[in-house]
Amino acid sequence: MTVVKVFVNYKESILNPEAQAIQQALGRLGYDNITQLKVGKSFELTFADGMTREAIEKEVNEISDRMLANYNMENYTYEISESEDLS
Amino acid sequence: MNFAILAFPASNCELDAYYAITDVFGEEAALVSYDSESLIDFDAVIVPGGFSYGDYLRSGAIARFAPIIPALREFADSGKPVIGICNGFQILTEAGLLPGTLQKNTVAQFVCRDQKLIVTNNQTPFSDLYDDQEVITLPIAHGDGNYYCDDKTLKSLKENNQIVFKYQNNPNGSLSDIAGITNQQGNVLGMMPHPERAVEKILGSDDGVKIFTAMINFVKEREVAFNE
Repeated sequence: MTVVKVFVNYKESILNPEAQAIQQALGRLGYDNITQLKVGKSFELTFADGMTREAIEKEVNEISDRMLANYNMENYTYEISESEDLS
Repeated sequence: MNFAILAFPASNCELDAYYAITDVFGEEAALVSYDSESLIDFDAVIVPGGFSYGDYLRSGAIARFAPIIPALREFADSGKPVIGICNGFQILTEAGLLPGTLQKNTVAQFVCRDQKLIVTNNQTPFSDLYDDQEVITLPIAHGDGNYYCDDKTLKSLKENNQIVFKYQNNPNGSLSDIAGITNQQGNVLGMMPHPERAVEKILGSDDGVKIFTAMINFVKEREVAFNE
């Protein structure tokens, strides 16, 4: 089966108060080597067998554009991996 | 007696709690900022509701590292009463002062309404003025009120009689209908419902009065015992 991991992150120009709050809290704990911290979302999509790689990529792009990411403020990347069905 | 009411960035029930303690119960109270480092002048602590640090990362996950937390831990360890309400409950679980965690409601919505509760343990410093199995009504207002813990923790909560309030008609998917629990020692209570919003009949309900009165009695009795 094919597993696709989609990572959605804010664009560089977008303010992310959540990431700032976490980074500042880490600073208070003494972790001050961190110069930047990003918070995003990850999704794991398992596709049914029998789809071509092209068809999967097309669908992942469509899903990400339509639902998982908001193109105004977010970018997405994805990784495709084949894994043995252990079930 | 003197209540400390902790105020984190984006707490929003601290003034309700302050009003309840000072105006309704006639006791002293002070808002204590998250960046203070001492609770030495206080007899009881309220960790109020709200959305501390915007609920970022997880509810309570950043507040638990605030400068006031070591003092809160020391205060709780000394046996004095601590009540965490709503976001305060979430902070206490993240800080490890109470077991388990609060996850998102199973219904995909923020639940805000009056809620019936059953008093399942009336032997705590917070609940000893209620009857056993008494049904009371308190307001709830939360998105992450769904209590969860592993089987082993649930078993020990039951064995130690730490479940103080349960929901009637579970509004959020909470494990075992849990609405409020104490720590093992019984001096730290966390609950999702808001007793501080139910202290005057004219504002809908005074079913929360007995919780604060019980805390006040507990502190006064402790003082007497200490002085003897």
